[in-house]
Amino acid sequence: MNIDEIKSKLNPKLIEEIESYLPKGTSADKAKKVYEEVLEEYQEAKVSPGECVGIITAESIGERGTQMTLNTFHLAGVAEMNVTMGLPRMIEILDGRKTIETPMMEIYLNEPYKSGKNIRELAMQIKETRLGEIVKEFVIDLAENSVAFTIDDEKAKILGITPSAIMKAVEKGTKISVKNSGRQYVVPVAGKDAGVNEVYKLKELLRNIFVGGIKNITQVLPIKRGEEYLIITAGTNLKSVMESEAVDKQRTISNDIYEVYSVLGIEAARAAIINEMYKVIEGQGLNIDDRHIMLVADMMTVDGSIKGITRYGIIGEKSSVLARASFETPIKHLINAALVGEKDPLNSVVENVMINQIIPVGTGLPKIVMKQPEEKK
Amino acid sequence: MTSTKKTSKHELIPVHEKLSDTEKEKLLSALGISFREIPKIRKNDPALAEMDVKAGDIIKISRKSVTAKNTVFYRGVTDV
Repeated sequence: MNIDEIKSKLNPKLIEEIESYLPKGTSADKAKKVYEEVLEEYQEAKVSPGECVGIITAESIGERGTQMTLNTFHLAGVAEMNVTMGLPRMIEILDGRKTIETPMMEIYLNEPYKSGKNIRELAMQIKETRLGEIVKEFVIDLAENSVAFTIDDEKAKILGITPSAIMKAVEKGTKISVKNSGRQYVVPVAGKDAGVNEVYKLKELLRNIFVGGIKNITQVLPIKRGEEYLIITAGTNLKSVMESEAVDKQRTISNDIYEVYSVLGIEAARAAIINEMYKVIEGQGLNIDDRHIMLVADMMTVDGSIKGITRYGIIGEKSSVLARASFETPIKHLINAALVGEKDPLNSVVENVMINQIIPVGTGLPKIVMKQPEEKK
Repeated sequence: MTSTKKTSKHELIPVHEKLSDTEKEKLLSALGISFREIPKIRKNDPALAEMDVKAGDIIKISRKSVTAKNTVFYRGVTDV
């Protein structure tokens, strides 16, 4: 075997590592010997065909899981932001939950914001703004049955909210035409005989009208990480954030895997599952091999959408009735299978364990193939 | 093979490439499997937005990997 043949059988990372360790001026012969030695070890270390990697993964993650603390709340390093961590977060990821407990985004920025210029203002512009936040005061006029409010111009200017935008948002939110006299806006209550209650209700409604920023982003926090500034948010809206010019579209990321899936696709979702799992494992000071997590992520994304490891997700997709029944809600599965006359060909592991047969794993996998002797005439 | 490398792509999205029909046949016979058995990707997946794909195509995905630096993965395109 020449050296290129050997290299083609090793993975690029190994080759890189070998090259970094070889002293300068190593002769080609000696280098080849090293490669041969490594290749032998490499093939020895490979998982053999028929190895039940799924069970090993389950045990590897499960055993470490017992050491995790149930401590849900943790400070995100800088300020008072609650983040789901530890076991609850791991369950959330592996179950493939559609709504997660603490959705968050890390927004990376382009220049000049990257170096910290105007970052506070930018963060404010990203955060969703309700009318109540930019209003100086609400005045309730009970004689006229109307609510008047004045805008804090400075705040509105920073947030880039124009008077016409406010008019539009209020009219859309209340379905009442608004009178604008200078800095004061007057909203009359609909209906002639409205009481005090209706006026107060209108005031509360006005307070909650969405006027600017990006929806769902409830909290923003500019932080410095290494040399650059970035914005951490509570609440996610990856799609809208990515439309902004100031945002680095290549690195900005949400911790909501479903959102990543719908905005960036299945491969990005797989990478996101792996990254989020790492964060949990690292946060707990545990050590789980990368390959286990990759296997789980691959399994969860195998059919092009995200399937959690639950009875509705990848377990529900199993073809064998007995395998499904052995996981959760056995009666339901057995009755449904009986109703439609399902057949179980006993091809997989669990069902063979149940009926005490050799399972198709490891040495149970190969079958003997015999060549029939030719018939003699 | 049409390359779809674009600078604006997110760093989590690896390079997706469509295999030609001959490459597809070659791959399936090399792996000894049918199209039904390879992992899937939806036709309307955002990563395929700028590519001309139809159900039955195979997409070659060049992933970055922590353990092997680069790995190649294949997904078959499905409807829905």
